[in-house]
Amino acid sequence: MGVGIEVRGLNAWYGKNQALNEIDMKVPANHVTAVIGPSGCGKSTFIRCLNRMHETIPDARAEGDVKVGEMDVYGDGSDPVEVRRRIGMVFQKPNPFPTMSIYGNVAAGLKLNGFSNRKQMDELVERSLKLAALWDEVKDNLHKKSGASLSGGQQQRLCIARALAVEPEVLLMDEPASALDPISTSKIEELIFQLKQHYTVVIVTHNMQQAARVAELTGFFLMGSLIEYDKTEKIFTNPADKRTEDYVTGRFG
Amino acid sequence: MRSRFQQGLDELKEKLLRMGGLAEQAIDRATEAYRTRDSKFCQLVLTGESAINEAEREIDELALDLLAMQQPMAIDLRFILAVLKINADLERVGDQAVNIAQRVLDLISEVEIELPVDIPRMADAVTTMVQRALESFLDGKAEVAEAVLQMDGIVDRMKDEAFVVLVQKMHDNPKTVRQALDVLLIARNLERIADHATNIAEDVIFWVRGADVRHGGAHYRE
Repeated sequence: MGVGIEVRGLNAWYGKNQALNEIDMKVPANHVTAVIGPSGCGKSTFIRCLNRMHETIPDARAEGDVKVGEMDVYGDGSDPVEVRRRIGMVFQKPNPFPTMSIYGNVAAGLKLNGFSNRKQMDELVERSLKLAALWDEVKDNLHKKSGASLSGGQQQRLCIARALAVEPEVLLMDEPASALDPISTSKIEELIFQLKQHYTVVIVTHNMQQAARVAELTGFFLMGSLIEYDKTEKIFTNPADKRTEDYVTGRFG
Repeated sequence: MRSRFQQGLDELKEKLLRMGGLAEQAIDRATEAYRTRDSKFCQLVLTGESAINEAEREIDELALDLLAMQQPMAIDLRFILAVLKINADLERVGDQAVNIAQRVLDLISEVEIELPVDIPRMADAVTTMVQRALESFLDGKAEVAEAVLQMDGIVDRMKDEAFVVLVQKMHDNPKTVRQALDVLLIARNLERIADHATNIAEDVIFWVRGADVRHGGAHYRE
């Protein structure tokens, strides 16, 4: 099951440039939460702080409290590898391991985590591919075809299956459909909707219609600050802040 | 430079205001027909209806295109939804004007009798409501729309009073039944126009403030 996320006083920097200012946000468990805002507003930085991916960039650092369930992400003794196992991530461009088979791609994370029981691994690969709504399309070629031989939309679902295989509690998605055609996009959106039964999903998107379609809650970021965070219906029909309204109506950004 | 979308919204507003002008004109002509007992004004209302119907179709089409092509959000989305609803109300105002014109044609086919109802005064109040509702739409002024809502009760009372005196008249003198019934129906048509003006005012408040004030009270989305 998914767990809730509680962010308090989160700040992030790239060198001397502050990218996030005092972000407070509560993300409920087993919901889809969208993060929107113009380019450079800090939305990707924000979700990368949730699983400590931000600090993998040279000179980048983050401070503040991030609790994912009972786990204190930035607490003393927190292990970034364990954090990233429990908080999976899917990126804008599908990035399967090109030379590995479909099976190998999904099993890769399990192997990295020291998993070696073949029968259990088979079960987890099947379960993950089913959750990612890809199983029926690839089950006959699991070992024969490489990840790179799949279509863009299938590759992205393969990456989602790979992220799900290590059984995370939270799934972060950074513009997961922006490189896909409308049919593949709608499959990914349908999948996101299904995934919330098992996971907490946070999605960054440039596409406001997509946020409106998939997310129950939406946060609007501007210049590193969280301007407004509310139910998605409210954000897109009657936002409280003029800056949110100007953004969602396309008057800037 | 205005964006294509903004141009589309401006065009929608302009078309709706033009249609509002046609609807107002229809009420004026129907009232003038009653006042003067001149069938020429009735004919103008009847022939003018097709222009209102055509305007309704054009506005719906443009609103549909904007929804499909631009996927508007927030205040723009509320604006287009308000336009669609106001459009339907204005078309119904046109229908009510036609109903009045038909009743007047029936009235003037008979020798005029004295009826103790001031239809022109009621028509003035109704026309003011429609004008102010359209003014609130033109300027996006929710406070003007609120004033329209206050006026609805006055017109309702006028209609109720007309009903009482006309029913009494019919009771006292059965020979007046046909004309009294025509006037009673005209009062009801006017009262319905006032209801449409009220709807328009409510839609303007929804557009400007995002509040649903229908059926009493203000409901804001949680």
